[in-house]
Amino acid sequence: MSGFDLSGLTASFSGKRVIGPLSLNVNPGDRIALVGKSGAGKSTLIRLIHERVDRASSLIPQDLGLVNALSVFHNVFMGQLDKHSTWYNTITLARPFAKDRSEVHSLLQSLGMTEKLWTPTASLSGGQRQRVAIARALYRNAPVLLADEPVSALDGPMANSVMTHLRDRFSTSIIALHDVELALSYCTRIVGIHDGQIALDRPSEKLAASDIMSLY
Amino acid sequence: MLSSPTVRTSLIFLAIALVGLLFADIAITASNPWRDLGNFFLGVITPNFFSSEGLMTALLRTVAFAFVGVALGSVCGFLLALVYKSLPVRIFSAFVRAIHELFWALIFLQFFGFHPLTGVLAIAIPYAGIFAKVYSEILEEADPEPGRVLPPGTGNITAFLYTRIPDCWVKMRTYTSYRLECGLRSSAILGFVGLPTLGFYLEASFSQGLYSDAGAMLILFYVLIATMPFWVRPKLLPVYVLGAPFFLGEGLPIVWGNVERFFTEDIVPAPLRNGEGLTGLMPWLNDLMINEAMPGIWNTIVLTQIALVATGILSLLAFPLISNHFGGPLRRNAGHVALVIARSTPEYILAYILLQLWGPSMLPAVVALALHNGGIIGHLIGRQTNSIKLRADAATGFNRYSWELVPRVYRSFLAFLFYRWEIIMRETAILGILGIYTLGFYVDSAIQNIRFDRAMVLILVTALLNIGVDTLGRYIRRKLALQTMPTC
Repeated sequence: MSGFDLSGLTASFSGKRVIGPLSLNVNPGDRIALVGKSGAGKSTLIRLIHERVDRASSLIPQDLGLVNALSVFHNVFMGQLDKHSTWYNTITLARPFAKDRSEVHSLLQSLGMTEKLWTPTASLSGGQRQRVAIARALYRNAPVLLADEPVSALDGPMANSVMTHLRDRFSTSIIALHDVELALSYCTRIVGIHDGQIALDRPSEKLAASDIMSLY
Repeated sequence: MLSSPTVRTSLIFLAIALVGLLFADIAITASNPWRDLGNFFLGVITPNFFSSEGLMTALLRTVAFAFVGVALGSVCGFLLALVYKSLPVRIFSAFVRAIHELFWALIFLQFFGFHPLTGVLAIAIPYAGIFAKVYSEILEEADPEPGRVLPPGTGNITAFLYTRIPDCWVKMRTYTSYRLECGLRSSAILGFVGLPTLGFYLEASFSQGLYSDAGAMLILFYVLIATMPFWVRPKLLPVYVLGAPFFLGEGLPIVWGNVERFFTEDIVPAPLRNGEGLTGLMPWLNDLMINEAMPGIWNTIVLTQIALVATGILSLLAFPLISNHFGGPLRRNAGHVALVIARSTPEYILAYILLQLWGPSMLPAVVALALHNGGIIGHLIGRQTNSIKLRADAATGFNRYSWELVPRVYRSFLAFLFYRWEIIMRETAILGILGIYTLGFYVDSAIQNIRFDRAMVLILVTALLNIGVDTLGRYIRRKLALQTMPTC
């Protein structure tokens, strides 16, 4: 499954509706950028979609969901915990297997942070932590990517390189982005969220940055 | 200032303690208390480490009982923490931790006798209850987010090992090592009921007036606790835990007939045992309640309230001793030593010593409880003030104390104090064994008279009283929105 119909998405926060009801049809191969003001409901929408397509998605939440006490390797390895037995995972916790080590190592190489493989994520900088969460999502290798501001803490070149990786690895993706330029260059479809509703839904080649700015 | 709820609560507790003083039996009854105290201090500064070969064995046994008891307690506590959501588990844990180690020891002594199992279980059982509560709180505080991003289909055990344990590991380790220190204290005082640990030799030396021997024992005990960071190392822990059971001593063999008799006869209320049925039970219970439980409860509460306020006052006086905001490294070093001694000495040993010197009354108990608990809270608050950054032109001296520091730390001070309320009450009850008329006195007398049925009811009453105070303490902390951490 890599395309899906999402309908009747709603979310309320202390009695006040923050999202929807809205429907979103995701086709296989769609790379959707969710854009809109902060507080418009992008993060909530990502969470709702994740609840619907759970099994099939790699998730990068805004607060990353890292286990701070564990090393970079272990945090990345967590992306495939479901693929191994309990005893395999338990041994890995104490002493990782060579095969997994080299896999994670080469994945981190592409994100430019191999020297930190055994550092606890608690002692990493914001940008490094973000790349660990991205590596975990890449390692998970699900057909759909759900990401909430995955490159907000990365500088320009690194952000571009990471976005390229994500584009190459995932055929279908839904990414909340506040950077309009990145949205236009790496996504095929722009969905604008305003007050919890879809205010814009068009292919990105038919849009210019100025069209999106009206949402802000 | 009176409108502040924390100040009002403090004043109410102060008033209760003052009223309690009217009813309390506070006196120095020894004929020459100051000479005895002087002799004792002379003994401490002229310690005799070589008088008895029993000293080193006692030290070894103290450590061995602490390790086995705490290890067993932490494993059981961890397992209980995993199912702590269930109400019966909560009630069970609250109940076993409401009964003091010495009471557990007194119970097990009646049927296991002087077998090492008595000492091990006396520590392990209440500690399991405490570990269950604290571990479950720590596990609950773990960041839930990593669990949410796990791939669906991840096994429960894997998820637990990857997302909960690493997040909680440091806190659990810190708490367990703190508990090990408590375990050493518990283990030491088990000697007072006859187990082969430090308390036994301390009591023996004291009763013969061998103050230099007693002094040596206390000094070794402080050294043992103060050097814990050096000899309790993660790599050595398995060695200690596996080795400790071999150093508990032989004790005396368990007579299984006693075990059976204890449960089928001894603890069955006398009227039921004698076939008087329920009609006999009511007068029996009535008599027990009016003549023993009620006076015991009354004295326990009065002493607890006085000791609580004394602890509070002492903590507030003691924390500047180690605070960086007042002058001189000399004062701070001396302050650290004083507070380490105050908090490393178990209340029971302090009370025992003071009682020997001053004669029986509530006074030694109040002073012992205040010194020990005040030392602990003073240390924690003092350390907390060191993280406060004062502006460069802040007031100095007493004004700094009363305007800058006390207002900033007062809430956490109250949090610690109310957290320790239940602990103070548990200790107050147990100090009865030394001859102060709290619940422990009546429990001990019942056991001396081989009336275990009465002793069990009184221990039950003590446990319920502790649970009540614990609940009240938590209610007040919640009402005043006081935060606290479990390690105090």
